[in-house]
Amino acid sequence: MDSLTVIAVVSIISAGGTMALGALGPAISEGWLAKQAVSAIAQQPDAQNTIMRTLFVSLAMIESIAIYCFVIAMILIFANPFWDHFIAIAKGG
Amino acid sequence: MEILKLNQISPDQLILLQWGFAKITATMVYTWFIMALLLFFSWLATRRISTGLHITRWQNLLEVIVSTIRDQIREISQDNPDNYLAFIGTLFLFIALSNILAIIPGYVAPTSSLTTTAALAICVFITVPLYGITKRGLLGYLKEYFQPTFIFFPFHVMGEFTRTLALTIRLFGNIMSHEKVIGVLLAITPLFFPIVMSALGLLIGMVQAYIFSILAMVYIASATQTHEKKHGDNPLKQK
Repeated sequence: MDSLTVIAVVSIISAGGTMALGALGPAISEGWLAKQAVSAIAQQPDAQNTIMRTLFVSLAMIESIAIYCFVIAMILIFANPFWDHFIAIAKGG
Repeated sequence: MEILKLNQISPDQLILLQWGFAKITATMVYTWFIMALLLFFSWLATRRISTGLHITRWQNLLEVIVSTIRDQIREISQDNPDNYLAFIGTLFLFIALSNILAIIPGYVAPTSSLTTTAALAICVFITVPLYGITKRGLLGYLKEYFQPTFIFFPFHVMGEFTRTLALTIRLFGNIMSHEKVIGVLLAITPLFFPIVMSALGLLIGMVQAYIFSILAMVYIASATQTHEKKHGDNPLKQK
């Protein structure tokens, strides 16, 4: 395999792996967070505004981890710097 | 979404005009468009503003928006919201409008470009110490970096940078990923699902605008609140 093929294979596999592993942790913790928030609202409906705001902010914090992984996967597939580098070399040579 | 190809992950890559090194990208054009829209609507709303019983529809809308933002700021900062209203309100209105307009065909949200979100996050990064210093003085603000002991100084500094990076990537990733997801769904299930996802995109856009401004407010509040004031709020500790 030449270097372009190796880069393509590694990029695609690791993009899939990044999304799979990167979505796992945030999914579990967001479910846990939503469960806790719902039970907290059920116990204290008066504090709903505060709980909802904290819930949204925490959800965004946790979600950003999955988003980082997504951005990495998008870069690997669509804007891979190594791929562009070797394409430039192949065109020049 | 139509004017961007699927493999262009940022509207910066779409160059409309170019003289030498100066480029006009799609991001800049849409940012100017939103700025013009916001200016026009605020001019329209404040044109015949009155304090009487009969107010115009635009003034009513404006009062709802401004009072909601003020309430949210007051809840977080426990402080006079007028100091922060201009900054937080501008952030919220700009991000919310640029995300909501994404349902218009041919429009690309400027927040789906890393440069716009980085600029917004850098605004927050600069504003937080400014508010902290004006509220507590230079020494009082700097002392916060050495709490509880001086060992924590590098972690506080690192935290400043990582939370700016987090603000940037969060907004960019959410909006950009949504456009790409709709683009992929258009290729797979052309009729129904992209519409549902666009409706979800409106919700995500509003939530992201809310979260960005709330987080900016939380950072400002954590920089301005003094420890004496926190103890002062608790009447038991004073005795």
